[in-house]
Amino acid sequence: MPGNNPGMLQTAPVFGADSVILDLEDAVAITEKDSARILIREALKSNDYTGVEVVIRINPMSTPFAHDDIDAMARLKPDAILLPKATPEDMKELDKMLDRIEKEEGMEPGTIKVHALVETAYGVETVYETIKVSTRCEAVLLGGEDLAADLAIKRSKDSEELFYARTKIVNACRALKIASIDTPFTDTNDYEGLKADTEKAKKLGFGGKLSINPRQIDMIHQVYSPTEAEIQHARRVMYAKDEAEKEGLGVFSLDGKMVDLPIINRAQNTLDVAKLIGLI
Amino acid sequence: MTINKPAKAGTLESNDIYVMIMPSDEGVNIELESIVEDQFGDDIREVIKSKLSEMGITSVLVKATDKGALDYTIRARIEAAVTRGL
Repeated sequence: MPGNNPGMLQTAPVFGADSVILDLEDAVAITEKDSARILIREALKSNDYTGVEVVIRINPMSTPFAHDDIDAMARLKPDAILLPKATPEDMKELDKMLDRIEKEEGMEPGTIKVHALVETAYGVETVYETIKVSTRCEAVLLGGEDLAADLAIKRSKDSEELFYARTKIVNACRALKIASIDTPFTDTNDYEGLKADTEKAKKLGFGGKLSINPRQIDMIHQVYSPTEAEIQHARRVMYAKDEAEKEGLGVFSLDGKMVDLPIINRAQNTLDVAKLIGLI
Repeated sequence: MTINKPAKAGTLESNDIYVMIMPSDEGVNIELESIVEDQFGDDIREVIKSKLSEMGITSVLVKATDKGALDYTIRARIEAAVTRGL
C-alpha cells in the first residue's frame, strides 16, 4: 500500500490479506518521503490493524532516505521492516540500527523482525548469508520485476526466467527454517495466469505469494488452502500414526503405501495450515 | 516555533487534505474548503488548530482543501506542512 495514500492505508486491513506492506519506497515520490513517514505513523496510531501483520517497506540502504525511514518507522513497532534490494551487508547495517533503536525505546532485543526483499542478482547469490547475518530475518520475499531488470532480461508470464532465483530462495529459507514468499503476478486482470503462477510457486516450495491488488488475494488463498480431500487424507495419516504408536510400530502403511516421517510431517503441516485459516 | 516559509503537504485525492501554510503575524487563521463542510467543517478546523497548538505554532495562515480526510490524515498533513515550513 502506498504509504502516502490515506485512502489505501485506512482500508488496508479489510481486504483479507494475511500481511500488508506499507510502502515508503517505489510507491512514494522522492519529495514526499517525509510526509509519508508521518502519515504512516498517524495511521498506525489511529486505525485498527488487528488480525493483519503490518510490514513497512523502507527505502534501500544505499539511498539518503533509509536511515530516516528506519529511525521513524522502527519506533512504531511494526511487525516487520521490509528491506528492499536485500544483501548481507545491508541486513547487517539494518540489524545494528534496530539494536540501537530497541535499546533507546526500551524494547526487548530482537522485537522488530526483518523481511528481506531479494531483487538483485547479488541478492539472489547471497540470500543464505543475508538470512544468516541477522536472527531478526524471518522471511525472504522475491522481487521478480527488479531482478529481471538487474539481469537485463524481460519478464514473461510463465516466469521461466525466475526459476533459478525461486529455487535458490526456497532452499535457503528451508535450510534456515524461515518463510519464503514469491514475487507478485503483475497482470491484475488475468486470474488464470495468477492461478497458474501461484500453483507454480506452491509447487516449488514457497510458503506464500505477494499480491499487488486486493482482487488477487482470494485466488492466492484458494491455491494455498488445502482441499477437503487433502485435509481428510492428512487426518487419516495422523490417525494411522497414532494407532501405530500405540502398537509400538515404527513404520506403518496406509492404503498400501508405506508412511514415513516426511509424509507424517506433510500431513501435520496440512492440518496446521487448515487450522490456521479456519478450515478446521 | 515560527513558520518561516510557505509549505504544503497532502493531495487532492479522495480521503486526503491538501494544506498550504504561509507565515503570518496575525495569529492562526484557517481558510477551509471541504466536501463535508456542513457536517464536519468545524471539527476539521478544531483538529487543525489543535495540531498547530501541539506543535507550538501561534501564528500561521492555513489554506486547506479537504476531500474527506479523517482526523489522523489532517494531523499528519498539518505536521508535514509545518515541519517543511520551519
